[in-house]
Amino acid sequence: MTTATPEIVGRGNADGARLFREWFTDLTAAAAAGRGAAYVFVMGSLAELLRTFDLPIVFPEINSLQTAVRRVAHEYLAEAEEYGYSPDICGYVKADVATQLRGGVLPMGKIPKPAVAVLTNACNTYIKWAEIWERMHGTPTFVLDVPGSRAAGLKPGPGDRDFEGDRTYVLAQLRELITLLERVTGRSFDVDRLRESLGHANRMSRAWERLLQLNRSRPSVFNALSDGTIYLGVANALRGTPEGAAYFEDLVAEMEYKVAHGIGTLTEEKWRLVFVGVPCYPIFRRFNELFGEWGGTFVNSTYLWFASGGTNLGFQYDLARPLDSLAEGLLVSVRDAMDSMFFQTRILADMIDGYQIDGVVFHPIKSCRTVSTGLADNRRALMEMKDIATLFIESDMMDRRVVSEAQMKNRVDAFFEGLASRRAQAAIAAAGR
Amino acid sequence: MAFAAGVDVGSTQTKAVIIDEGRGIVARALTDTGANVTRAAETAFRMALQDGDLREEEVEFVVGTGYGRYKVTFGNTQVTEISCHGRGAAHMFPATRTVIDMGGQDTKAIRVSPVGEILDFCMNDKCAAGTGRFLGAAASALDIPLADLGPTALRGERPVRISTTCTVFAESEVLSWLGKGKKIEDILLGVHQSIAMRSVGLLRRVGIESEVTFTGGVAKNQAMIEALRDKLAMAVNVSDDSHYMGALGAALFALDHILAGRTPAPATKGAV
Repeated sequence: MTTATPEIVGRGNADGARLFREWFTDLTAAAAAGRGAAYVFVMGSLAELLRTFDLPIVFPEINSLQTAVRRVAHEYLAEAEEYGYSPDICGYVKADVATQLRGGVLPMGKIPKPAVAVLTNACNTYIKWAEIWERMHGTPTFVLDVPGSRAAGLKPGPGDRDFEGDRTYVLAQLRELITLLERVTGRSFDVDRLRESLGHANRMSRAWERLLQLNRSRPSVFNALSDGTIYLGVANALRGTPEGAAYFEDLVAEMEYKVAHGIGTLTEEKWRLVFVGVPCYPIFRRFNELFGEWGGTFVNSTYLWFASGGTNLGFQYDLARPLDSLAEGLLVSVRDAMDSMFFQTRILADMIDGYQIDGVVFHPIKSCRTVSTGLADNRRALMEMKDIATLFIESDMMDRRVVSEAQMKNRVDAFFEGLASRRAQAAIAAAGR
Repeated sequence: MAFAAGVDVGSTQTKAVIIDEGRGIVARALTDTGANVTRAAETAFRMALQDGDLREEEVEFVVGTGYGRYKVTFGNTQVTEISCHGRGAAHMFPATRTVIDMGGQDTKAIRVSPVGEILDFCMNDKCAAGTGRFLGAAASALDIPLADLGPTALRGERPVRISTTCTVFAESEVLSWLGKGKKIEDILLGVHQSIAMRSVGLLRRVGIESEVTFTGGVAKNQAMIEALRDKLAMAVNVSDDSHYMGALGAALFALDHILAGRTPAPATKGAV
């Protein structure tokens, strides 16, 4: 007797792909109409605010990674390097430079030119990147300085003197940004529209937090790397919209169903892993297969935290005081995104316990100093804190010239051989007790 | 008496080792890998059978290792050379906790537990700096045989500093030192020290714990052994069979399969 897979299973990936296509269709239409867009980044996009000014939103990081997933990144990188950019510069930046040189043409469609660029200090390259648009297009740029954590584990909240000072600082910057947006768009700020947008973002954040929690189940119900990247695309592109909120609520329903029926991502889940860093997009599917072939699956990742701009916290805006609450949410979430890159030891230790993790895969990449520089230290610190197997493999998020699948497979295979040996030794020790 | 074999298909050379149930080496063989990896594996295995005066059917289980491990078509299973070098080194020197394996195209630092379990490892990435190929580039630039590199370097007294981390550029750097009138032995001593420095860097990433065992083809080079001892400031174990350590580890894994009473996978055996 065979049981048909219910329609709900796989719905999230199908709907995510559809929403992503529709988003790009809208961007292409905006470009054709000559409209300018807000260029933003995943860590602190401020999409909730920008939508109230009817600005199309472009995420250059997502555009760039899409060129790698679609295996054309090398063409974009080569074009930027021929233009004069060094091979050592961030691959996302270079793919975007080539995109601008091509008049916004991407495999997924065409993006509008930047009418304004809004960025945070979560990544120092953001600032230099926006300066490129400033030079190319005369784009006004706004850098929102979000004070980071003073120390690992130090998370002051509302009422704390430092926190209130930081919130006031961020709020003052938001007011300056609103003035700039009014000037760029010719529209007046509408607080009721912001309240509405924040309400949609609240629903999405609540669902995102719940989604991550659901993967504590055994077997895990989604792959944090392959499925998770689809979810991240929707989380960023549709933040502050009713479609985005509904998508994540549906996704939670799908995952709850899978948990209830024991439907996992693999036929046999042998190893539960955490991924640290940015994915290897040039061989995105194959990279995941290298682990899946051994029965390994990624049940969580720091990427789902920082590339969602800290949405993992499930922060809820207070709709009674929208602008003040936006400042607070931005502070809390962007700070958390930065912490999940720079102060990740405790975060990873908690994941290991909470998600029954067998191994942690660190993936530093040539292109990104921000996420990669501290990984060796973080790995060492984690291994001192927890008795956990780790794998340290280096490649890139964009540049296939520095991705060697054969070498990568060798390391992955050795990692799983070590995991198997570790489990066998543990069984021997348990039998002897 | 059951016999087990390991075939290590490396980028430069292919090694085969056959052991008996007492884990003693009864045969070994080595051949250049060349372009036909499968044939190299078959040749090494056949040579080992001849060396041990054994028939193929007497070898119950074969494990392939090295970059060409999936081309050991007559093998029963594959294990990475990382696990195999760790296992082989721990077998030869039971107090081994850290292994440095220097091969033709990669260098591995491996930390092992008292039972030979791999605790951590680290390798050079997509670049042959600090590997046997680096020595090959120097030999080529200086036009001297590979076997003479070590003895020549040992005569050096004032080593030059090789600053490049790229094997290709190392060749031009070597030539530039020649142009400055430096002695060949001092240049070669500098090359060995440069490689040792990079290798120790890899070892530090996994944590250096005594005893350290040096394996791989480059472990036959006395100048490299001394450069490593000097940089590590500790003794380094080196076996006469250092070159065969990966194949030995593979053979030990093969013997595990036999002793565990596992049935060999349906084989493609007979290819030899």
